[in-house]
Amino acid sequence: MEESKKELVDFQVLSRKYKTQLTRKFNMRKPYVAPNPKEVRSYIPGTVVKINVKKGQKVKEGSSILVLEAMKMMNQIAMPFDGKIKEIYVKEGGRIPKDFLMIEIE
Amino acid sequence: MSLKKHIIDLRKRREKVQMGGGEKAIEKQVAMGKMTARSRILALLDRDSFTEYDLFAEHEARDFGMDKKQLHGDGVIIGTGTIYGAPVCIFAQDFTVAGGSLGLMHARKITKIMDHALKMRVPLIGINDSGGARIQEGVNSLAGYGEIFYRNTLASGVIPQISVILGPCAGGAVYSPALTDFVFVVDNISKMFITGPSVIKTVLGEEISMEDLGGARVHAEITGNAHFFAESEQECFDQIKKLMTFIPWSNRQKSKLFPPKEPKFKGKIDDIIPSDPKKPYDVRDVIRAIVDDSDFFEIQELFAANIVIGFGRMNGQTVGFVANQPLVLAGVLDCDSSDKAARFIRYCNAFNIPIITLEDMPGYLPGIDQEHAGVIRHGAKVLYAYSEANVPKITVILRKAYGGGYIAMNSRHLGADFMFAWPTAEIAVMGPEGAANIIFKKEIEEAEDPEAMRALKVEEYIEKFANPYVAAAKGYIDSVIEPQETRELLLHAIEVSANKEDARPYKKHGIPPF
Repeated sequence: MEESKKELVDFQVLSRKYKTQLTRKFNMRKPYVAPNPKEVRSYIPGTVVKINVKKGQKVKEGSSILVLEAMKMMNQIAMPFDGKIKEIYVKEGGRIPKDFLMIEIE
Repeated sequence: MSLKKHIIDLRKRREKVQMGGGEKAIEKQVAMGKMTARSRILALLDRDSFTEYDLFAEHEARDFGMDKKQLHGDGVIIGTGTIYGAPVCIFAQDFTVAGGSLGLMHARKITKIMDHALKMRVPLIGINDSGGARIQEGVNSLAGYGEIFYRNTLASGVIPQISVILGPCAGGAVYSPALTDFVFVVDNISKMFITGPSVIKTVLGEEISMEDLGGARVHAEITGNAHFFAESEQECFDQIKKLMTFIPWSNRQKSKLFPPKEPKFKGKIDDIIPSDPKKPYDVRDVIRAIVDDSDFFEIQELFAANIVIGFGRMNGQTVGFVANQPLVLAGVLDCDSSDKAARFIRYCNAFNIPIITLEDMPGYLPGIDQEHAGVIRHGAKVLYAYSEANVPKITVILRKAYGGGYIAMNSRHLGADFMFAWPTAEIAVMGPEGAANIIFKKEIEEAEDPEAMRALKVEEYIEKFANPYVAAAKGYIDSVIEPQETRELLLHAIEVSANKEDARPYKKHGIPPF
């Protein structure tokens, strides 16, 4: 089909480079980004219904920083460790996708 | 009433119900570029072979005004017929009747024909074109789906089950096709998803078209849910008919024998493969050079194209081919290609189809995404499927067979019955460069010209180890063969293994790394 039109590229597998074609799915891969513990990201898409902290506020580990409603559940997002809220990137009522940076901690 | 009047009355009743949702609904269906359920069945089956059951079935729903609604055939047509003379059971959802929605009677009709297929040990073909559950029938509709899934599972590996997606197939409905052996899709007509674009937009705010979310191409190329992709319904029916010629009616039968035919391929099989192991070629050319009539029927052509699977015939007998494809991603094993190969191997084993493996692979695809996607458990499926299979298993190593890939691709150690290798085969624990770097680390580092020493040591390794003779000396390879001898030896191997017996320990079932 369309396969034959694809060009050959260098492709490294272990110690050797091969000439081969790539697939659409291979090209669609997302590059890996190491998680940053200071960033609180949404693990599920949903709506921010309540924000319990303010910028600059000191928060203890385990206390709720916001409520993310998703799949008919009110998910409490907890502070991962003792720290200060550096920045809030979401608003109450805001709808966010998965892996959205909600809050930055310092 | 005289008998004649009775017969006229019957004909009138039939005619009325056979119109499905009526002229207007049929016009709409045609305007969408789709055939009607009845015309699909007639186009797929042998002429005049279709016998319909439950034409006069009616639903018994009472709520939400359903008691006043008559739905012809309750939105699905079921029956039996033949394809190239072979019997099949078939159902086709009729989108012109209440959007082909599934209510209790609709589901009862489907499960009736499924039970029939399983009892008679004949293949089942389901044509899906439905808006989903009939909401007015509530939990009865869910019960209907569940009872279909249950039968899909009971019939799995007993009779061939084929799903044809010729319209929407959304929500829970997708799981019946997903449980069957082969899924056929048609460009611009098939739509499959768990949650549709409108729900995704409401809940997540993400916008995507139906086609990009779950169109035919997506399932044929990205998700791997579909096995055959066609441009038109007619092409799709031709694919189904062709598939039916390769597979047996049930797991107790063998595929139909066809008259043997020499490959159409002229020329030298030796010329297909470049001598430089880093250069690609299309492994399907090798298959076409050895298979009857050069006729290779590929499955999942667009998905995980780094491995090739499909049916062909050797002296008229159906065989399954599994081949690494150096043309795509260098022929590596990864999550998708492992899933694709493993499922096909299990299909062949369930239906008594010998497996021929053509090996030329550099190893597993390195990468964080692969590791995190579970290449360990996905890759394990290949080991499981090959080890578990007790149909005749034959391997030909064409070129590279490195490391874990050598073990996985139906090696002697996983129970291969015949292991052939071309003289170009490189059977080694890893690629020569990598191996030389490790084994001769000290020599390379201490040399005055490390690069020259590295090249020398790589050469030395290739000469000593990157060949088929080390494995042949240990009996891991039965025979190092000339490429042009391949077809004859494969025919011989299949002939010799016609009565293969390979009993396994009793178990209820294994626990494959699903």
